[in-house]
Amino acid sequence: MNMQIYVDGIGVWAPGLAGWAASREILAGGKTYQVVSLPRPSPALLPPTERRRSSNTILLAIQVAEETVECAAANPREVATVFASSSGDMDILHDLCAALALPERQVSPTRFHNSVHNAAAGYWSIASGSQRPSTSLSCHDFTFVAGLVESVGQIAAECQPVLLVAYDWPPPPPLHAKRPLSAAFSAGILLSPRRSEKSMAALSINMTMSGADHVTKMSDAELELLRCGNPAARALPLLAAIGRRQPDTITLDYLDDNNMRIQVTPCV
Amino acid sequence: MTPLLISAFTVVNALGRGNAATYNALRNRQSGLRPCHLPFADLDTHVGEVAGLDDVSLPPHLAHYDCRNNRLAYLGLQQDGFMNAVAAARDRYGAGRIAVILGTSTSGILQTETAYRQRDPVTGALPEWFAYRYTHNIFSSGDFVRHVLQLTGPAYVISTACSSSAKVFSSAQRLMALGFCDAVVVGGVDSLCATTLYGFSSLELVARRPCRPADANREGISIGEAAGYALLERPDSDSHANAPALLGCGESSDAYHMSSPHPEGAGAMSAMQRALSSAGLAPQDIDYINLHGTATRANDAVEDLAVSRLFGNNTFCSSTKGWTGHTLGAAGITDAVIACLCLERGLIPGSLNTNEVDPAFSSRVVVENREQAVTRVLSNSFGFGGNNCSLIFGAPP
Repeated sequence: MNMQIYVDGIGVWAPGLAGWAASREILAGGKTYQVVSLPRPSPALLPPTERRRSSNTILLAIQVAEETVECAAANPREVATVFASSSGDMDILHDLCAALALPERQVSPTRFHNSVHNAAAGYWSIASGSQRPSTSLSCHDFTFVAGLVESVGQIAAECQPVLLVAYDWPPPPPLHAKRPLSAAFSAGILLSPRRSEKSMAALSINMTMSGADHVTKMSDAELELLRCGNPAARALPLLAAIGRRQPDTITLDYLDDNNMRIQVTPCV
Repeated sequence: MTPLLISAFTVVNALGRGNAATYNALRNRQSGLRPCHLPFADLDTHVGEVAGLDDVSLPPHLAHYDCRNNRLAYLGLQQDGFMNAVAAARDRYGAGRIAVILGTSTSGILQTETAYRQRDPVTGALPEWFAYRYTHNIFSSGDFVRHVLQLTGPAYVISTACSSSAKVFSSAQRLMALGFCDAVVVGGVDSLCATTLYGFSSLELVARRPCRPADANREGISIGEAAGYALLERPDSDSHANAPALLGCGESSDAYHMSSPHPEGAGAMSAMQRALSSAGLAPQDIDYINLHGTATRANDAVEDLAVSRLFGNNTFCSSTKGWTGHTLGAAGITDAVIACLCLERGLIPGSLNTNEVDPAFSSRVVVENREQAVTRVLSNSFGFGGNNCSLIFGAPP
């Protein structure tokens, strides 16, 4: 199978990568990557009270979803979504499990409904008004490619654009020892079945069984650490290839010997 | 969509192990709900517990996946010759050409709950034995199942609360249409844990007595647990002439509230409409609707509104949650297997525990079993975050 789709918009949020506009040159290799801490994400789409109450994980995902849709000048109501996160909201899971370890087992109803893996997707659909289908998934360290697989399936079946948002926020202390993530990271990519004046790049996607040796790494050592340190950051080689604005073929790793090979062709 | 054959299917839930246990309980109108005596929940409620999970052992080479959720996953795989059917498919297509897409809401969170009660009193560290990746991570059950079944194709786990294991059918049919794979093992696994029991209780959505879907005096859900699977193949695959088929899938988002359904049932209606249109069917082509029917005040009222707007008072409908309880992330596959059993054996189960259908309801809720030919079933699954999925099962065209 070989599937051709188009990238209409990108969003990114991670230490030293504050949005696509500020990050494109860094990822393309034209500017040095510097690890600087970022302010708490603050998506404009969420009402101020919601923004104050929301967890870091939800803010991160919504912020990048918002940036990606704006970058593509798309109407969010017309876009289906795939939210891909390895672990979901570990701060909330920590709060729930800590509360349930106490004798009184008092659970906050808001924390409980925010603990579902599709919480970010739910808040996005409410904030954007999108009633389009939405899928939230996980594939542990290979969650980004799994999100791409699901997105490509939706685009092919529905002939409609899909917003893919991959995000993971490092867990709080006791869980961090069991699931160490080096930094927060989120990448968004708006994929379309058709080429238009908004298309940034064409992606030709193949699944291969080429093995781990062929996986594309980041040439900058710090960016490579980031790629390996957060499952959502496995998107970095794809973002870098789009940012370079030159034809390239990259390979992203997936389960066992499965890989996703993506031929990237700039549209401008 | 192109219909897909369901060449094998199975379920384990509070009604017992395997399809026959579920069918017999449906036919004999015996509920699996019992008073809650779980060691991790001191609540006055009924639950749909799977018996004997403490005695299930995982294969030694997969012992690191051990937790209640994966024990339930493993028990499910061993029913109705499902593993043999997958092995035969593996021989036909190759291990790399079969995908695994499962659904769960809480995965093995019970393991994390237990670990949090054993934190180091000085450092707060979680105990050595706790293996987050293999038990609690959302992908854990998918990872475990593909290892048991020795499959190496694409895989992921969908987690959209109570629609999770309905949506796996939609994703599977898209991956098949794309040519990413030649068969898909879909399914869902969700097990009882303190998080959901206390969480739904905090939202005042849990009934004390066994749940009563569509009843005028319904007071909330009974939480259950289940594991179920289906093997999906293209209709050109031979020797499954009588197998039921997946005919249509429809998904939507409410865009309304995190834990309350859209008051006019807009999302539910859109999911059902999309399922009908993807199957190329009209409302009158459906013989039976297996409702999401959780027995909360809001869900059942809104679902009735959506169903009656689309189907009027013509189509038989009922919820089977009075038998199994609400199995959350496994509700989609539980109801999908029930739909297949209804098709195969000609049964429309009448809503159990429903003494008096809510007089405000307009849809045709059946409360007595009907034994009759059934050719197409629509199954609804709706989840927190306003995530909706409707599926249509029937005889292959």
